[in-house]
Amino acid sequence: MTVEDWLKAAVADAERRGIPELKPLLEAIARATQALRAADFTDDAARR
Amino acid sequence: MTIEEFGRAVRAREISAEEITERCLQRIEADNARLNAFILVMGDDARQQARALDRELAAGRDRGPLHGVPVSIKDLIDVRGTPTTAASRVRDGHVAEHDAPAIAHLRQAGAIFIGKTNLHEFAFGTTSEDSAFGPVRNPHDPSRSPGGSSGGSAASVAAGMALATIGTDTGGSIRIPAAACGIVGLKPTYGEVSAEGVVPLSRALDHVGPLTQSVADAFFVHHALQGDHIGATPAPMPLTGVRLAVPRAYFCDLLDDDVRARFEEALGRLRSAGAHVDDIAIHHANDIAPVYLHLTLADAAAYHASTLERMPERYTPNVRLRLETGRYVLAEDYVRALAGRDVLRREVDAALAQHDVLVLPTLPIPAPPIGATSVQVGSRTDSVRNLMLRLTQLFNLTGHPAMSIPAGTTASALPCGVQLVGCRAQTDALLRVALACEAHINPRPAAV
Repeated sequence: MTVEDWLKAAVADAERRGIPELKPLLEAIARATQALRAADFTDDAARR
Repeated sequence: MTIEEFGRAVRAREISAEEITERCLQRIEADNARLNAFILVMGDDARQQARALDRELAAGRDRGPLHGVPVSIKDLIDVRGTPTTAASRVRDGHVAEHDAPAIAHLRQAGAIFIGKTNLHEFAFGTTSEDSAFGPVRNPHDPSRSPGGSSGGSAASVAAGMALATIGTDTGGSIRIPAAACGIVGLKPTYGEVSAEGVVPLSRALDHVGPLTQSVADAFFVHHALQGDHIGATPAPMPLTGVRLAVPRAYFCDLLDDDVRARFEEALGRLRSAGAHVDDIAIHHANDIAPVYLHLTLADAAAYHASTLERMPERYTPNVRLRLETGRYVLAEDYVRALAGRDVLRREVDAALAQHDVLVLPTLPIPAPPIGATSVQVGSRTDSVRNLMLRLTQLFNLTGHPAMSIPAGTTASALPCGVQLVGCRAQTDALLRVALACEAHINPRPAAV
């Protein structure tokens, strides 16, 4: 799942559950997840 | 009065445990309404314990450095017969049946439990503002946060309401409030002090340790928490030849001007006293926050998932929202964060292979105003939470022992802290270096 798809799904779920105020926090996590996935210790099956 | 000073005075019959306990209770009576440091004051129990310990000492039974010392306990840790609220309505009705093992060791060592201290709800925050019992205030400036999550603990020692306190540290929750309140805070090596009987935030990152007025006091309390019987601190070591490593990139990039000035002054004094100071790099430092965030959010969400469903209204709003976000962390990202943690641990180990300790500031900013959500540092504005965790959370990920030592004040008389980090499983070695460095880092203790 891409980070964009994850964020879209998480925000939709939070709204469905009646906690739309989670959106800015989920956006902050999405930025951190992008950084985590871009780190050189993150595995890539095509590379190693 | 430090534990060391009290120890000399009580054995010279210049003061009794009952007298020092009464002094602390008077300070609580005078200041707790203003600072909100305590959730529970155990005055009657404390007086009773003090009288019994005075009788023991008179009869020749000396339990060691903590005999008759009033200590406060973060209200996240079980003390038998009292509620462990975690500063949350979620815990309404809880009463601990047993002491946590660390508390049982302290009781054996002769500590007097004077009360349970306020904190950021479930230790999930750095300011001690979000508490079911209201915000804790900084004794140096009550309009400001004392740091957190062990904010009530730090305020209690800084304000003379206890001679020492026990806190917990998952991302900096001992060291952050220690720095913000101008006292010493020690996070030992991971696993060294039992975290059983402590409400968890992240069991993989939680540590238990002391906040005190001096490094020597931290040494005594740290050993008592483990059930060790230590009579005296190690002999002072000379600073000549001690090898200090400063991780400049990332850790010194974003600092308040006064914090930077106090840090550089402390380094200058350490150099003048004979320490050897090198600059080193933690190459993956920019990955610390993403790694920490994914691990701690998911761990905390797992612990709270059931109560978030059953009683969400009992959490304070900010803590509830942060816990909810953890429920969305993907397993694959959690595994990536575990890989990052291993990399960071190896890098800190490597930095310490050629040095005795790492030296860096504890907090990049002084205590923030209560209610502030962001702070400007130079030309950059960042969230208070990110800034306060920035320099401490790495050592929860890696498990290295780390402590904060007061390092003077800003122009507005707010305390600054310098952090020392030692090799894993060598907390005593860190404390020995800290004993040698303390007077150079903190030449003029800040008055409350």
